[in-house]
Amino acid sequence: MTKFQKFKESYFLYSFKRDKVAIASFIILATLLILAVTAPWIAPEDPYDANNIDIMDSEIPPMWSEGGESRFILGTDNMGRDMLSTMLYGLRTSILIAVGAVFLQAGLGILVGLTAGYIGGKTDAILMRIADIQFSFPYLMLAIFISAIFQAVYGIGSYERLAVPLLIVIIGLAEWPMYARTIRASVMGEVNKEYVEAARVIGLSRPTIMIRHVLPNSLTSLMVISTIQFANAVMSEAALSFLGFGMPVTKPSLGSLIQAGFDFIFSGSWWITVFPGIWLVLFVLVINLLGDWLRDVLNPKLYKG
Amino acid sequence: MSHLLEIHDLEVKFALRFGDITAIDGVSFALDKGERLGIVGESGAGKSVTGFSIINLISKPGYISKGNIRFEGNKISSYSDEQMRKIRGNRISMIFQDPMMTLNPVFTVGFQMIETIQAHRKISKAGAKKIALEKLKKVHIPSPEQRLGQYPHELSGGMRQRIIIAISLLTDPAIIIADEPTTALDVTIQAEIMDLLQELCESDNMALILITHDLGVVSQVTEKIAVMYAGKIIEYGSTDQVVKHPVHPYTEGLIKSIPGTVIKPGEDLVQIPGMMPTLTNIPPGCAFNPRCYLKEAICTQKTPELKEVGNGILAACHMK
Amino acid sequence: MNTDNKILSVKNVVKHFDISGGFLDQVRFKNGRICLEKITVKAVNDVSLSIKKGETLSVVGESGCGKSTLARVIMGLYPPNSGEVYYGGKRIDNLSHDKMLPFRKKMQMIFQDPYASLNPRKTVQQTLEEPLRFHHPEFSSNQINDKIEQVMEQVGVDQAWIRRYPHEFSGGQRQRISIARGLILDPEFIVADEPVSALDVSIQAQILNLLMKAGRERDLTYLFITHDLSVVRHISTRVVVMYLGTVCELAKAEDLFSNPRHPYTKALLSAIPVVGEKRAKQIKLKGEVPTPVNLPTGCVFHARCFYADERCSVEVPGLATLDNGTCVACHAVEENRIPA
Repeated sequence: MTKFQKFKESYFLYSFKRDKVAIASFIILATLLILAVTAPWIAPEDPYDANNIDIMDSEIPPMWSEGGESRFILGTDNMGRDMLSTMLYGLRTSILIAVGAVFLQAGLGILVGLTAGYIGGKTDAILMRIADIQFSFPYLMLAIFISAIFQAVYGIGSYERLAVPLLIVIIGLAEWPMYARTIRASVMGEVNKEYVEAARVIGLSRPTIMIRHVLPNSLTSLMVISTIQFANAVMSEAALSFLGFGMPVTKPSLGSLIQAGFDFIFSGSWWITVFPGIWLVLFVLVINLLGDWLRDVLNPKLYKG
Repeated sequence: MSHLLEIHDLEVKFALRFGDITAIDGVSFALDKGERLGIVGESGAGKSVTGFSIINLISKPGYISKGNIRFEGNKISSYSDEQMRKIRGNRISMIFQDPMMTLNPVFTVGFQMIETIQAHRKISKAGAKKIALEKLKKVHIPSPEQRLGQYPHELSGGMRQRIIIAISLLTDPAIIIADEPTTALDVTIQAEIMDLLQELCESDNMALILITHDLGVVSQVTEKIAVMYAGKIIEYGSTDQVVKHPVHPYTEGLIKSIPGTVIKPGEDLVQIPGMMPTLTNIPPGCAFNPRCYLKEAICTQKTPELKEVGNGILAACHMK
Repeated sequence: MNTDNKILSVKNVVKHFDISGGFLDQVRFKNGRICLEKITVKAVNDVSLSIKKGETLSVVGESGCGKSTLARVIMGLYPPNSGEVYYGGKRIDNLSHDKMLPFRKKMQMIFQDPYASLNPRKTVQQTLEEPLRFHHPEFSSNQINDKIEQVMEQVGVDQAWIRRYPHEFSGGQRQRISIARGLILDPEFIVADEPVSALDVSIQAQILNLLMKAGRERDLTYLFITHDLSVVRHISTRVVVMYLGTVCELAKAEDLFSNPRHPYTKALLSAIPVVGEKRAKQIKLKGEVPTPVNLPTGCVFHARCFYADERCSVEVPGLATLDNGTCVACHAVEENRIPA
């Protein structure tokens, strides 16, 4: 049986087809991802290009309300940028940062968790204490600290160029202990199994056993928390941007749009906050729903024929 | 003549995504007061499913598709959940394999015992405690008053299994169903537990259904034996007879493959070639035919019925 | 110097495990003072034995007797706290990882749980070729495939299943694949840790026959760990009975079963259910099985033994050799206090 045939008959696909919530979530997620990836081609204009923006266009309501223009389907924000375009680019940025952050978290977390879980003893104790300290550190405070210092030292211009990598690093460093703990628990469960002893009996070296034998078997837990962490990363970036320590004003993400529009909610220009808000909530919601489904599917105890 | 427990043509199916598969197919037997029956078979033969279905513990996707179960003359297979709860744990008790899984680790032994008693009758805590102590003494647990206040993890495996047996006796049941009660125990403890069960059944005239794969344990304790294979009973009769003079080729092969019974040390054990079929791959005709040395054409066409073959033994084989 | 055809010997091996936990777990308030309490599991306590080339030595005992730990110390998976392990006359317990490698080709192990002893994410091919590639990097792909084919045929697994994953096999088939992995390096010595305990009776017979046959064809020496005495009687040359990390009796199989000397061996044998016979009334031992954490003083068995006297609770009996070659560690046997 080829791998594709196996997949078609697998319990994974079967469970997916039966779960309407999972299907709906997947469709919405796929749509949002496609929109984000194709943003440069489908957006009516490039909101990050200062030449496109005319401050006279600011705060135009959505097309279907009074005062709206067909040029700007969902209206414009306080700087005169087309809402739809900015939201598409903003979604793109959010996803980019979230993916980068999750990779960084996972990389660090796997390294620490695998080592701590397999070697145990003092190494485990030290590594986990570091993780605990990191965990108890309010990351928001850390993020603000790093962000503020960077802006002060290197200036706004540098900050604008390096905002995305910087945010990836900040969010990545904030949450790696989550991965470390999960991987460590999984590894500790695997390490006592006899196939690991068998590998030692053959004479394989410790790193070889850790990477070739134990790690692949600890990946299911990793996949499940990745969905949650991805959603968290998006939220974290939105929060930072909302507070003004995330994406700069010239290159807004969904979070900074929400923040920018906050001042205008009660003065009438509700669309600047509401539309990006709906997208953000929808995005995070479907990721969480899919994550729930994935966790149930991969749970061997719930496996039924 | 009515028996204490009558299973008639019982069929249990599991509704899986490929379709329904039959776990036990046409199982019938009877049990009288004080009688000890052993249900023997390898994993996948359907013996645990049989035991569970007697007290309707089969959960989705399993269901009883055919047949009925009569207890004390009443058809309990069609009882509602409410009615079944009066029987389960009360008139018919069950003991499982792993005592650590059966006992709740966060409650003391005393709490669990008193809870069981009070679930089935109106009685004060003091009255329940008295019964609990009485039963603990019956299973020969040293210092029973102390045990009531202890947690499961503080006790050894053998002690825990004794407590489980004590719990199953709390309501003076008519039948105890024991599903692999000694598999998780050391051999010396196993022997003690089996002796205990036998003693209790004899003194209280309690019936016992012992489900196990261990022919040695079954020969010590039971009077009647039912051998199961791929969901059907293929041999049934007195334990002594069946074990010493097995009729069905599977039973024969099974006994000969145990070291120490027939074959001398150092010689190759008799091995039955192949494996028991999984429930989705049962061959047509007699389920055992691909592995049978007596196989003929009819064995692949017609499923053999359980019939008398002499000496009070029933066997399902065309060749005997 | 390899005398007496001994392939493996173990001298005064002691293995204790410290399960005290972290610093905070150890702190106790006792007698008005704070102190640190260490909990040690004394799994193996001064065990010495040797295995002759070509024989099958079985180690029997109940849970907590230390047989699995002893097996792992022998295989180099745990370093002993004290004592020595010799293979072919050379000391192996203190070797570095690299120096141990040549021995790893000669000593292999088969495990108990067929569901946990194969890596669920490796195909049969990958599981079997890994030890070959590691120890024989000079082998060509063809040589490796030939060897795999050969060993799979010997254990009775269909060649066509070589790209399947463990979860697609039954317990008995997985155990065969485990045995194939153990045999593929052509070892001289195999430690089998309860290899058939997790299998159904009819499959047990198949696997035992397979092990015995492979042993004859390859001139293997087996160290067989089990709790199942009927299996032991069937396949062993000599038998060691262990209790709480100590050797009670070591004898030829037929001697042990026909004439057990140590009180524990007698009780153990009386508890085995025999198919088709009502066994003689079991010799019930006094008290409960103590844990390996709080070892009794003197003879580890004295608290449960009917023949124990003052000396037994104070002095540890040494392993004494009797006329027929049986070794027993018991004061009562030495002093001839036990009626025949």
